[in-house]
Amino acid sequence: MNSKKKRNHSAKQIQDKLFICFCVAVTFLSVSALVVLLVTIAKQSVGHLDFDLLTSYPSRHPEKAGIKAAMWGTVWVCTICVLIAIPIGTATSIYLEEFARKNKLTRFIELNISNLAGVPSIVYGILGLTVFARMFGVFGTVNDPFVEVGDPTSFWYFRLPLGSSIIVGGLTLALVVLPIIIVSSREAIRSVPNSLREASLAIGATKWETVRKVVLPQAAPGILTGAILSTSRAIGEAAPLLVIGGFLFIRFTPANVFDDFTAMPLQIYNWASRPQEEFHAVAAAAIIVLLILLLLFNGTAAIIRYKFQKVKIK
Amino acid sequence: MNQKKPSIKRVKNTFARMILASAATISIVTTIGIVCVLGNEAYSFFALPEVSFVEFVTGLKWSPLLGNEKHFGIWPLICGTLLVTCVAALIAIPCGIVTAIFLAEYAPLKVRAVLKPVLEILAGIPTVVYGFFALTVITPSLQSIFSGIDVYNALSAGIAVGIMCIPIVTSMSEDSIQSVPNSLREGAYALGSTKLETSLKVVFPAALSGVMSACLLSIARAVGETMIVALAAGNLAQLTLNPGNQVQTMTAYMVQIFLGDTDAVGVEYKSSYAVAATLFIMTLLLTWIGHNVSKKYKEEYS
Repeated sequence: MNSKKKRNHSAKQIQDKLFICFCVAVTFLSVSALVVLLVTIAKQSVGHLDFDLLTSYPSRHPEKAGIKAAMWGTVWVCTICVLIAIPIGTATSIYLEEFARKNKLTRFIELNISNLAGVPSIVYGILGLTVFARMFGVFGTVNDPFVEVGDPTSFWYFRLPLGSSIIVGGLTLALVVLPIIIVSSREAIRSVPNSLREASLAIGATKWETVRKVVLPQAAPGILTGAILSTSRAIGEAAPLLVIGGFLFIRFTPANVFDDFTAMPLQIYNWASRPQEEFHAVAAAAIIVLLILLLLFNGTAAIIRYKFQKVKIK
Repeated sequence: MNQKKPSIKRVKNTFARMILASAATISIVTTIGIVCVLGNEAYSFFALPEVSFVEFVTGLKWSPLLGNEKHFGIWPLICGTLLVTCVAALIAIPCGIVTAIFLAEYAPLKVRAVLKPVLEILAGIPTVVYGFFALTVITPSLQSIFSGIDVYNALSAGIAVGIMCIPIVTSMSEDSIQSVPNSLREGAYALGSTKLETSLKVVFPAALSGVMSACLLSIARAVGETMIVALAAGNLAQLTLNPGNQVQTMTAYMVQIFLGDTDAVGVEYKSSYAVAATLFIMTLLLTWIGHNVSKKYKEEYS
C-alpha cells in the first residue's frame, strides 16, 4: 500500500519534470525563431552591408543601391510623428489620470483608446490618405493645389492639400502610435505615489501646478520610455506609409515637410518584393541597419527604465 | 492682491484642464474619422451600378481587376485572411501560452531576465522583416519539405505571423497568470498537488479569461497584419483551404490597390474601402470581445 502510494507519487513527479522539459522546449522554440531570423538575414546581407549602402540612393543596379533617401525619409517622418504624438499622448493621459471625473464620457474615451490600439495600421493609412493627403478632394490636387505658399524647394513651403508628403506620413504614424503612448504614459503617471500629490495639494498648489511640478517630473522616465518604444514602432511601420503613397523610388533627400518620401521599411518592402535575388541581399542589408537602429532605441529605453527605477520615491 | 493671485492660478488650472481635455478628445475624433471615411466611401462603392451589397456579402468570386468580368464577392479575401490567421493562431497560441506558464510559474529569475528581453526584441521587430523572413527562409524550407507548395503561400505567411504573435500572447497571458492570487496555489499545494497539477488545474483555469483575451487580441493583430502577407502570401484571391496555395488577404488586396496605378475614382479603388470597412469591423469585434472577456475576469478576482 505504502509502496504503491510512493510509486504513484513518483509518477506524478516524472510528469512534473516532463512538463518542465516540454515548457523549456517550447520556449526554446520561440527563442530560436529569433536566432534563426537574425542569422539567416545576416547571412543574406553579406557583401552589401557596407558604408556605401548608407550613402547611396536606390538604383536599378543592386550593387549600387543604397538607403540614403530611405534613412532621411524615416528620420523626417518619425520626427514629425514624435513631435505630434508625444505631446498629445501625454496630455491625454494626464487628463485621464489626473483631471477626468469617473463618468460615462471618461469611460467612453478609455474604451475608445483600447479599441484604437487594436485597429490594423493599414486602416490608419486609409484614414491618412483620405483625410490628410487628399483632404476629401476639397482643395484640389497636388499638381493644382488650392493654397501654395513659397518655393517648393525651400524649407518654408506650404501647400493644401498636403498630398502624399512627409507631413502626412508623420501625422498618420502619430495616429498609429498614439494609443501606445497613452497606455504607457498612463501607467507611468499612475505609478507616482498619491502621497506626493496630496502633499502638493495640501500646501495650496492647484491641480495643474501639482501635475506640472510634482507628478510629471516623477513620471518623466516612464513617459520617456514609452515614447522611445513607440518611436521604434513608428520606425518599423510600413503599411500606413504604403497606403498614403510613400514613394518607392526616390533619389533625393527631402528639403521640406511637403516633399515626397520613402522610408526604410518601404524600401525594404520594395526590394524584397522584387524577383531578383540580388535585391533580396540589399533588402537583408537594409534590414540589418534597421534592426541595429531599433536595438539602439530599445536599449536606450531599457537603460532609462533601469536607471530611474532605483531613484524613484517608493 | 492676495485675492488676485489664487484666481490667476485657478484660471491657469482651468485653461490647462481644457487643453488636456481637448487632447483627449482627439482619440474620439480619430475613431469618428475612421468610421465616417470608411462608411462614406464604402457607401459610395455600394451605390455604384456594377456593385451590389448582396453580392459583396455573399459572393464567392473576387476579381475586381479583370476588364469586363468584375466580381465583388468578399469571401475569397476573408477565406485567405482566415487561412493565414488560423495557421498563425495554431503556432502563436500554444507556444505563447506554454511560454507564459513557464515564465510565470517555473522559470528561475535568471532565465526570466534573459527570456523577457528576447521576447521584447521579438515583439519589436518590424513586420516587414518577418515578411522578408517568410519569403526568403520559411518558404524555401517548406518547399524542400513538402511538395506542391507555391512560391507565395498561406502557410509560410501564417508561420511568420504566428511567430510575430507569440510575444503578444505570452506577455498578456503571463500578466494574467501572475495576477492569480497566491492563496489559490497554496491551497492546491496543501491538498498535495504537484506543481504541474497546480499550474494546469488551478492557476491556468483561474487565469483563463485573461489568456483568452490575449488570444483574441493576438488574432485581431493577425487578421490586420499587412506587410507579411503582402510579401509572402501572394495576390491571388481564391477560395481554398489548402495552406500551401497562394491566397490574397484583405490587407494584401488593399496594398495591391494602393500601390497600383488604379485611378482614385475607379470601382476597384473604391472597393478597397469596402474591404477596409470589413476588416475594421472584424478587428473591432475581436478586440471588443477580447476586452470584455478580460473585464469579466477582473471582476472575479479583485
